Amino acid sequence: MRAPRMRTHRLRAVIAAGAVAAMTIGAAGCAKSDRDSGAGKDTTGGTFIFAGAGDPKNFDPIFNDDGESFRPIRQMYDTLVTHKPGTAELTGGLAESWANDPTGKIWTFKLRQGVKFHDGTALDATAVCANFDRWYNMKGEAAQSQMIYYADVFGGFAGSPDAVYDNCTAPDASTAVLTLKRYKGAFPGAFALTAFSIASPAAIKQYDGDTVKQSGDSFSYSAFATDHPTGTGAFTYGGWNKATGEITLNRNPDYWGEKAKVDKMIIKVIKDENTRKQELRAGTVQAIDFPAPADRKALAGEGYHVLERPAFNILYLGINQKNNPKLKDLRVRQAIAYALNRAQLVQTKGPGGSAVADQFLPSSVLGYAPDVQKYDYSVDKAKQLLADAGATGLTLNFYYPTEVSRPYMPNPQEIFTVLANDLQAAGIKVTGVPRPWNGGFKDDVQQFGKQDLHILGWTGDYNDPGNFVGTFFGRPKIEFGDQAMTDMFTAIDKADATVDQAAKKAAFEQVNRDLASKWLPAVPIWHAPPALVTTKNVQGLVPSPLTAETFNTVSITK
Amino acid sequence: MVKIVLRRLIQLAVTLIALMTLVFFWLRSLPGGPVDALLGERATPQTRETLIRALGYDRPIWVQYGHFVENVVTGDFGNSIRTGEPVTAVISRAFPATVELAIAAIVIAVGLGIPLGYLAARHHGRLLDNATIVVTLIGISVPIFFLGYLLKDWLTQGIHFFPPSGRISTGTDNTDVTGFFVLDGLLTREFDASADALWHLVLPALTLATIPLAIIVRITRASVLDVLDEDYIRTADAKGLRDATIRKRHVLRNALLPVVTTIGLQTGALLAGAVLTEKVYNWGGLGTLITDSISGGRDYPVLQALILLAAVVFIVVNLLVDLSYAVIDPRVRVS
Repeated sequence: MRAPRMRTHRLRAVIAAGAVAAMTIGAAGCAKSDRDSGAGKDTTGGTFIFAGAGDPKNFDPIFNDDGESFRPIRQMYDTLVTHKPGTAELTGGLAESWANDPTGKIWTFKLRQGVKFHDGTALDATAVCANFDRWYNMKGEAAQSQMIYYADVFGGFAGSPDAVYDNCTAPDASTAVLTLKRYKGAFPGAFALTAFSIASPAAIKQYDGDTVKQSGDSFSYSAFATDHPTGTGAFTYGGWNKATGEITLNRNPDYWGEKAKVDKMIIKVIKDENTRKQELRAGTVQAIDFPAPADRKALAGEGYHVLERPAFNILYLGINQKNNPKLKDLRVRQAIAYALNRAQLVQTKGPGGSAVADQFLPSSVLGYAPDVQKYDYSVDKAKQLLADAGATGLTLNFYYPTEVSRPYMPNPQEIFTVLANDLQAAGIKVTGVPRPWNGGFKDDVQQFGKQDLHILGWTGDYNDPGNFVGTFFGRPKIEFGDQAMTDMFTAIDKADATVDQAAKKAAFEQVNRDLASKWLPAVPIWHAPPALVTTKNVQGLVPSPLTAETFNTVSITK
Repeated sequence: MVKIVLRRLIQLAVTLIALMTLVFFWLRSLPGGPVDALLGERATPQTRETLIRALGYDRPIWVQYGHFVENVVTGDFGNSIRTGEPVTAVISRAFPATVELAIAAIVIAVGLGIPLGYLAARHHGRLLDNATIVVTLIGISVPIFFLGYLLKDWLTQGIHFFPPSGRISTGTDNTDVTGFFVLDGLLTREFDASADALWHLVLPALTLATIPLAIIVRITRASVLDVLDEDYIRTADAKGLRDATIRKRHVLRNALLPVVTTIGLQTGALLAGAVLTEKVYNWGGLGTLITDSISGGRDYPVLQALILLAAVVFIVVNLLVDLSYAVIDPRVRVS
């Protein structure tokens, strides 16, 4: 497809006249939509149309960190380690097995035999090491600033004292040995991150994959990232029509794993939630993501498959201790926890399948402690604690985001209203401060710490407690004004650095107990499972807690 | 005539320079920004600093402004912060979508509005006239958003008469020549695609046409009523001229002057309406682009170029309206 160019005024006028003519000539014509052509004659073949919620940025895994870019990337690429379908449990991906030495610094991957990239080159240990080397040696701030997951997990790039990566060697074609400078608790879970998918070194070289150019105050990506993504996945790249917002993926007949059942998959970008639902009902798309919680019941009633993902997220009420000295008192923070009727909030505002959270990670994650201190709703206890702390008549501002819907927070304004009412009932005066998500909320909360209270949350990236509690409370954060809580940072750091898995589990269980009873830097609210909805004729879509679905198992019946 | 055009071009240049400066500083004074949007929730503070340096946001604002002016003068509007594509490519892809929609809406508004307004005036005070007044009042007062959702609910859900959104059916393999899908289908003889695109155009065009249609009906009606009262019409009638001649040469020609002005003024309103209409119908034009560039994280380069483009369109349309006066009304030419 050729992109249209800006034209001269005269040509535009001619075109306009032509369009007018076309309008009047064809006004009676009714086109047959090709929605019927998507259904195959049997359980294989056909086109699967999935409505995504936003544009991808590009298709080079390492330069992305958002779900809408990862959705197509995940179909075209594989990671060394992946998750068992429908769970957060690790299993072999491109690596059949992996092992860690007693120091925790050396990871050995045994690779699958006979796997080929889409360009026909072989996936071997040299190719895997080339990927690790490429990330570590990436030059230029423009490129590095886009490698968000890499910077977070691997600590930094070549020349940085914080970098964790040391080297990668290939003793033979099917063995890759990754050596780190120090043990990192995020692994092996983080090997399953979509950002760390393995790409074809030949294609990266051919299409200049390492070049992120800066132009004025923005970047442009290489042809590898925009037009020639080359992985080992179940689908190959078929094009991105930006004029219609359609990303086309074709079945990879040489896939090493379970081959795709459909011939083609189209991800159609539809940003408006309501429009996604209408397209589903019109039969023009066969699956949608992130339906509004309120629509789930109705759609299920109409016979659509509402697929709830197991919850792998957390919504919390953040407490910032910086601006109001009273919030430094644990009793006041406990009073806030008692004041919240979370069970009722889950019932009235939570998406189906939501559950009250009593700690900052879901029960499927290592280190979840079943015996943490609970704060069951009690206005009397809240008032008593406030009185004990001399904080009666407490006035707090409460920041909440607008213009956003997150899987863990589909309706921020409604959540705020309910929580604020609960706090008022316990005698805490609340001033609500709404701020657009990208227009000040994140800055005010995380950069400037203007808030006393706020709501925010997180969807886990991989199965590791450090990815939850480490992210929130592993280091001092402006968001919580918790610089003084050094014993909390030390405990999390120590748990994270424990190599022995049983000891690590015990250490994190203790961290979670202490977070609830001793520190309480925030109040966990709920775990809310986001859902997918498909038409009746879609089979085999397995929802993933990490929103990391792959669509090779999907088939469409008549 | 040449003088008028020259004067307007100088005005255009001055307006654009002022606007460019205003937009540049206004965008950067807003809370939040592209850094937030680009970084998502996973970024470390170091990555944040790296990005700020890479984007040049650590330099003094006047240095940034200098670079911006330098680039614009050379026709370089930069790249979209989010996708990394040149802004000109992003806008020229969205431009035909909006123009196609706007033309369709104007065709509906003018094609129905002028005859309806004329008929209402000719049946002054009778049922047709009163009904027109009531219906246009409703047309003007119904918000586009509401109307869009209403039409969609009635005609795309349950009975599936029209497609709910988009410009062409998903998976259609149409050849993109000009970016105007209806026209492209005719040019490449892919008539199915052309008809499909036209079918997708009906609801959004109707939604967008409602307000200008109602306004054109009312202005035409009022204007025709004024002209019908003029002495020269009575004279023409007394001279025994045929009705058709009076209608064409005397009534409509004189009555059209304020209508043409209105059509020009409505172009601005169309652009504003397109933002809402495109959101409802996932249209993928300039309106969608504006919404995305603001709420999707302050894509400065795209926003800057879009605002300048809107100003150019607005000024050029007004110039065309002024020039068309001269064609319709000889008195303007003389003055």
